[in-house]
Amino acid sequence: MGWFVRNKEGITTKTEDKKETPEGLWYKCKKCKVISSVEDHAENLWVCHNCGFHERVNAKEYFSFLFDEGKFTELNAKMTSADPLKFEDKKKYTERYQATVKKTGLNDAVTTGYGKMEGRDVVIAAMNFNFIGGSMGSVVGEKIAKAIDHALKYHKPFIMVSKSGGARMMEAAFSLMQLAKTSAKLAQLGDAGIPYVSVLTDPTTGGVTASYAMLGDINIGEPGALIGFAGPRVIKETIGKDLPEGFQTSEFLLEHGFLDFIVERKDMKAKIAAFLKMVHNEDKSKASK
Amino acid sequence: MDYLDFEEPIKEILDQIEKAKELEGESQVNMAKTIKELEKKLESTRKNIYKNLNAWQRVQLSRHPQRPYTLAYIEAMTDGQFIELHGDRNVKDDKAMVGGWGMLGDEPVMFIGQQKGVNTKMRQYRNFGMANPEGYRKALRLMKMAEKFNRPVVTLIDTPGAFPGLEAEERGQGEAIARNIYEMSKLKTPIICVIIGEGASGGALGIGVGDKVLMLENTWYSVISPESCSSILWRSWDYKEQAAEALKLTAEDMLKNKLIDGIIKEPLGGAHTDPKGMFEILKNELLKNIEQLKKVETDKLIPKRMGKFEKMGVTN
Ligand SMILES: [Zn+2]
Repeated sequence: MGWFVRNKEGITTKTEDKKETPEGLWYKCKKCKVISSVEDHAENLWVCHNCGFHERVNAKEYFSFLFDEGKFTELNAKMTSADPLKFEDKKKYTERYQATVKKTGLNDAVTTGYGKMEGRDVVIAAMNFNFIGGSMGSVVGEKIAKAIDHALKYHKPFIMVSKSGGARMMEAAFSLMQLAKTSAKLAQLGDAGIPYVSVLTDPTTGGVTASYAMLGDINIGEPGALIGFAGPRVIKETIGKDLPEGFQTSEFLLEHGFLDFIVERKDMKAKIAAFLKMVHNEDKSKASK
Repeated sequence: MDYLDFEEPIKEILDQIEKAKELEGESQVNMAKTIKELEKKLESTRKNIYKNLNAWQRVQLSRHPQRPYTLAYIEAMTDGQFIELHGDRNVKDDKAMVGGWGMLGDEPVMFIGQQKGVNTKMRQYRNFGMANPEGYRKALRLMKMAEKFNRPVVTLIDTPGAFPGLEAEERGQGEAIARNIYEMSKLKTPIICVIIGEGASGGALGIGVGDKVLMLENTWYSVISPESCSSILWRSWDYKEQAAEALKLTAEDMLKNKLIDGIIKEPLGGAHTDPKGMFEILKNELLKNIEQLKKVETDKLIPKRMGKFEKMGVTN
């Protein structure tokens, strides 16, 4: 893993798992319960040594191993939600939002940036599941649209790492229209002959599956990820039956023809780069500042 | 005719009129004056009720059991000059999604829409207007045909959502909807979308990307139904009225937020009180819009369509 530069900061801020382990130095696998040191776990790209379980991680972690030396320039880092509907359920959306910003240190559920991947200029967008379930509202849609604009302008391949429960209810129809907005942008990217790689990670459901996540020139999944349109609970209630083992996993989607292949996190960068090498004419890329 | 809870006063007056007429028949007493007064009262009561509908009441009207559904619109607006087409050429024919060629006045048009059933048996047959992936793929096949022959597409949207089923997932419900949204954004022919009943989430948007997106007056369009929103955000089914308000899902709110292009008035009391009148209104609106869109060159039409959706969203 010569190309992987460990992100020290990413390790120390993962407080969520620390609580379960003594002194905050150990990670207990959610699937097999085997314990490893937080450092080893991070070095293994947050994948369990024992069972291969791919832990949910944020854009920061994906960027650390997808971009060369983990180096990138972030786009639209400061963009935040404007609560156009003044939405309020049991809580005000603005309060929920502020609290999430404070808790996560993030501004919304997607981070976008550009940098190099095995020497090739690329644009990557990756979602943050711990930001209101990785839900897609106006900010997510707009940041993805802007990232695609950058890809279009400089003829750079676009890579989208999805991880989302779907549309953000508190932005109602605004969030629904982000499906149309991002898809229209991808149509422009497609017409320009620029490659688009969609990476589906655990979980990818709802409106995200019904838009950009399923529209890649290639769609690839991490092992064991939950991927679907309707959530398993809704389906179970609708059909009144238990769901078969392995339903809506990456492996299930591969079998039914909706993924091109499944890739372990450690091979993700190399596989994407190999694909891009075959389809993307690098001489068309223009340097960006 | 079924009456919704807030329509009770209307039903009462109608019952009184009925009784007065009966009495007149039995006893030869002249009730003309009473009936006339009751009819006046009916008119003003109707106006008052429908003038001030809240979001939840609009949702109820959009689901009124006597409300006309897609095929009724198409049959009436084309005066029966409609050739229904079936199948996605892949898996099967989805009965929840209908479509085909029809004459709208002198205009040949590709009609597509979700279809709900008119009685218990037909509701099952139409899967309550919840399409499977093959429904969306059938819709896309028909849109591509319209593009090939350079004819406008009209979609009539009325769905409680795309079907959340086991087979639907196996056959790629998400991919089917995503593909339609993608392809509709760049289809080289005019598209007009009209919400005629329920516009629920991705299931609606899967045939809902157009140059003109219009809503009938008593319909709703959002990312989730008020009931599901209530159950998720309030963790109870009892907050559907509040959820309906919070979602800003009425035609008026959607237009105010610039998420649709226009509202089409319904006859007083809703489309179901005067379906013929409703069909006529929609037909005229569609013809007007088609005429406008036909004047726009294709290479301008698509960037304009895409640009409209790209502007949707508010951020800081
Ligand atoms: Zn494990």
